Amino acid sequence: MPLVSKNTTPPVLILWIIAGWVGFGLLPWYGIEDGFWTFEWLLDGYPFDEDYAPAVFLIAQGEKLWLSPLLIPLALPLLALRYQKSDPVYARLLVLAGALGFAWMIVQGFSIGIRGYNFAWMNATFGPLDDRQFGMGYGALLCASAFLFLFTQGIAARGAVNGDVFVVSAIGGVIVIVTAFVFFPIAKMLFAAFVTDDGSYSILVFFDKFFDDRIWGLGCLAGARCGAAWNSLFLAILVGFITTLLGLAFALVVTRSGFRYKRLIRAMTVLPIITPPFVIGLALILLFGLSGTVTVFFAELFGLQPTRWLYGLPGVLIAQTLAFTPIAFLVLIGVVEGVSPSMEEAAQTLRANRWQTFRTVSLPLMRPGLANAFLLGFIESMADFGNPLVLGGNFDVLSTEIFFAIVGAQYDQGRAAVLAMVLLFFTLSAFYAQRAWLGKKSYTTVSGKGDAGVHPLMPKALALPVLAIALAWALFTAVVYVMIVYGSVVELWGVNNSLTLKHYVTAFSVRFEEEGIRWTGAAWDSFWTTITIAAIAAPLTAAVGLVTAYLLTRQSFVGKNAFEFGTMLSFAIPGTVIGVSYILAFNVPPIEITGTGIILVVSFIFRNMPVGVRAGIASMSQIDKSLDESSLTLGANSWQTFRKVILPLLRPAILAALVYSFVRAMTAISAVIFLVSAEYDMATSYIIGRVENNDYGLAIAYSTTLIFVMLAAVGFLQLLVGRVQIGRRKHIEMKEAS
Amino acid sequence: MKRTTSTLAGSLLAFAASVSMAHADKLTLYCSAQEDWCQLMARSFEDATGIDVNMTRKSSGETFAQVRAESSNPKGDVWWGGTGDPHLQAAEEGLTAEYVSPMRDQLHDWAISQAESAGNRTIGIYSGALGYGYNSDLLSANNLPEPACWKDLLKPEYKGHVQMANPNSSGTAYTTLASMVQIFGEDEGFEFMKGLHANINQYTKSGSAPIKAAGRGENTIGIVFMHDAVKQAVSGFPVKVVAPCEGTGYEIGSMSIIEGARNMDEAKKFYDWALSADAQNLALQVNAFQVPSNKGAETSESAPDMSQIKLIDYDFKKYGSSDERKRLLQKWDEDVSTLPQ
Repeated sequence: MPLVSKNTTPPVLILWIIAGWVGFGLLPWYGIEDGFWTFEWLLDGYPFDEDYAPAVFLIAQGEKLWLSPLLIPLALPLLALRYQKSDPVYARLLVLAGALGFAWMIVQGFSIGIRGYNFAWMNATFGPLDDRQFGMGYGALLCASAFLFLFTQGIAARGAVNGDVFVVSAIGGVIVIVTAFVFFPIAKMLFAAFVTDDGSYSILVFFDKFFDDRIWGLGCLAGARCGAAWNSLFLAILVGFITTLLGLAFALVVTRSGFRYKRLIRAMTVLPIITPPFVIGLALILLFGLSGTVTVFFAELFGLQPTRWLYGLPGVLIAQTLAFTPIAFLVLIGVVEGVSPSMEEAAQTLRANRWQTFRTVSLPLMRPGLANAFLLGFIESMADFGNPLVLGGNFDVLSTEIFFAIVGAQYDQGRAAVLAMVLLFFTLSAFYAQRAWLGKKSYTTVSGKGDAGVHPLMPKALALPVLAIALAWALFTAVVYVMIVYGSVVELWGVNNSLTLKHYVTAFSVRFEEEGIRWTGAAWDSFWTTITIAAIAAPLTAAVGLVTAYLLTRQSFVGKNAFEFGTMLSFAIPGTVIGVSYILAFNVPPIEITGTGIILVVSFIFRNMPVGVRAGIASMSQIDKSLDESSLTLGANSWQTFRKVILPLLRPAILAALVYSFVRAMTAISAVIFLVSAEYDMATSYIIGRVENNDYGLAIAYSTTLIFVMLAAVGFLQLLVGRVQIGRRKHIEMKEAS
Repeated sequence: MKRTTSTLAGSLLAFAASVSMAHADKLTLYCSAQEDWCQLMARSFEDATGIDVNMTRKSSGETFAQVRAESSNPKGDVWWGGTGDPHLQAAEEGLTAEYVSPMRDQLHDWAISQAESAGNRTIGIYSGALGYGYNSDLLSANNLPEPACWKDLLKPEYKGHVQMANPNSSGTAYTTLASMVQIFGEDEGFEFMKGLHANINQYTKSGSAPIKAAGRGENTIGIVFMHDAVKQAVSGFPVKVVAPCEGTGYEIGSMSIIEGARNMDEAKKFYDWALSADAQNLALQVNAFQVPSNKGAETSESAPDMSQIKLIDYDFKKYGSSDERKRLLQKWDEDVSTLPQ
């Protein structure tokens, strides 16, 4: 070793060089078949057994020789230790090593699969390969990370983002994981739309599937049926409008009326978020189906013939409105509260009456909220899978069509991919339409100046209908939820309505034996899996989301807009699409994780990450930038600033992201249904099985239990959020006071 | 399981061996029958052999999709249950493995001919006849006559009372379509489907959904496999089962070993075990009323008596092939489903 003064070699560099060598020389290179967390391999032929050997041992035994070029980029950074960090050679060496290593990992990973070369032209050029490789394991993973972070350190040393190693590495890390787990699977699936029956690619196939009457038919104008695309679009627009209007009504009742039980309304908004799919649909059937309580009652009252009116557009519309109105409310309440009273007071001072004030001042200022609420309702409706499945009747929508294109007897991946494209096109267009409508106008009303004053009440002509609508809908929601609980305690719903707890016993019985508790209920397996997966996914989601939010709000770098789009994209991608694409992308090396718990965790992280990002951005823009500037001035680096200054102030956002991702992980169905496996069955997929089996009692009992479990979790976390928020306010007050 | 054990492991070898002894054999089972039957099969096999079973229940269409998606890297070992067509299709595509079980001589002829038509890549484990069931309460509430034949369902008074699955998404409904073509001939069969279309209130996605809806009182008549209808009746729903007078088609529930299974030996053990009379008797415990393929297995009293039902000579090879299937479905899509109701 040449003499190097220790102060000049950053410890991070040494760490990643060591990590690279450990990954290459010590850990098993390929994935362990028995699972990521089993350590049997330590005792089972390691390090020589081909399945468990580290790359170095493989090469030494003359196997998997295509891994040997990786030795060069592993050795290069050792040279960098000779140079000062400011020396351009140092940067060049690291960039070269990282890029070479990472690129080669990707190239060999995609070219050589389970059956030798993956591409026909490689067989033609090099002759058939008499070897194969499985998915990446610990070693390959660590090695790839080492190359990535060597690369980012090199970039940083060249002066990118003020030479900040932490920020460059974080950007690099987020880009790589988002590419791997959002863009790559989506791209892989979209390619499926062009595959012909014999496996080659053709644009004609795409057009053939795209211009299909089942997608674009307009038969409903002439008495037959319309295509799924029109149905979805029509339904989503309706749901968007209705949920926005109802959400606005609730928001107005809470902020601008003398209504007393506002807290109750707020409490009700949590319910649909923690309700597993199907449940609302089942309760609606119980109420309004052909033999539903309400239907039968009115049919007898008026001597009418009961009909199946619920199945189709009306049923799905009602169920989705029930489910998504609270989301619209949550979006709107922030905006409606945010409209500064001083503007409204100014209008009133200028002799506008209440109605004029509302129409010309308050309402226009709520535009961003209305647009956001509409967009959310639109996208949620497009992506919704459970309600159309239960209530759709002959009303086909894209999300269910995608599912049945894959799992149905037709088994047509290409069709699923085409339908997914149509769905993506609609959701992304809605995003752009929203941006265009909001334009670049300013809706800021809260400035640094004093914001005293109270919101004026609604004009009376508006207050009465708004209150009536809101209360009627709230009552309806309450009835539906009462029916859910009721449905879980009747013997055989619709036939034998005697009360029983047997469904809960079947699902959640326990036996106390000498060896301890035996979980004998049918639901325990999926229950514990769900809790575990949700508990693992939640903190990871929050972490990825908040780091991304930090980069977006606090740092400026080239390509930030594209970066933001990429991280938010997964929100606009319906779960069904994610599920299908994950199966296609991650069943084969280099990333081979189907059938494991990891794929579920990963899918949850990237499905829910945008919410973490949004929560983080919202709170971070409230924290004055001067705080981190002073920290940086005092000599802290950006990682220390992030950890010691920003992170403690972010606790509410962290908890919000935690709660959301935990709850979503427990109630998601659309992606999960494709990803569950024998060992990792999730609650929602278990419930769908019971629903399929006409075992509604058990399905509803299980869902009710989940609702209460999540209520407890949310309540517990909300207690924490509340306390911390007070702490933060004190903290800021103290800062201001000093 | 262990592909190679290095001789160089030396002193570790004894220890490693003891560890792998303790490590039980395992089997990944894809099950396409009803949940409780799947559970019972998995647990009973564990009890009988000590082999750990990982079981996933998915419909036969979903399982077929999964087996196909995983074909370059199979995760499952055995696919048990579900209607025969996807099994035949999988066999046709080489997704399942050839195996001739020593248990064969105990089976009914129809089970063996199922295997032979697929080059021994699948085998029959149970069979069930197509028919329909109706909710007797709703029928009398609407003053409707009791139907007894397929053609009865075309009567205008049943308009809006009949439900069947969509043949595009359900194997049951495809069997219905293929049966009508075989009973009435292709032209008249499609005329029948058109007439039926006028009375259908909904094409469900899953095959047994129509009779489940009928059980709950959400529908009057559901065209399904008769054992599914019997099950609803036994569960306490007011459902009556009809074996149509013209005769009817049937399905052969099948079992296949997945090509390239990671636990091939265990898969074969399961295969042999599942064909035994003891294993097939388990069906009775979970109200599965299909007819078992082992001649020595018992049948339930509630089960439809196959000897009393007029079964057609269903051509599984022809109507199970991808091409014929595609052709019939496309014809149904274009000529039937687009008609106004």
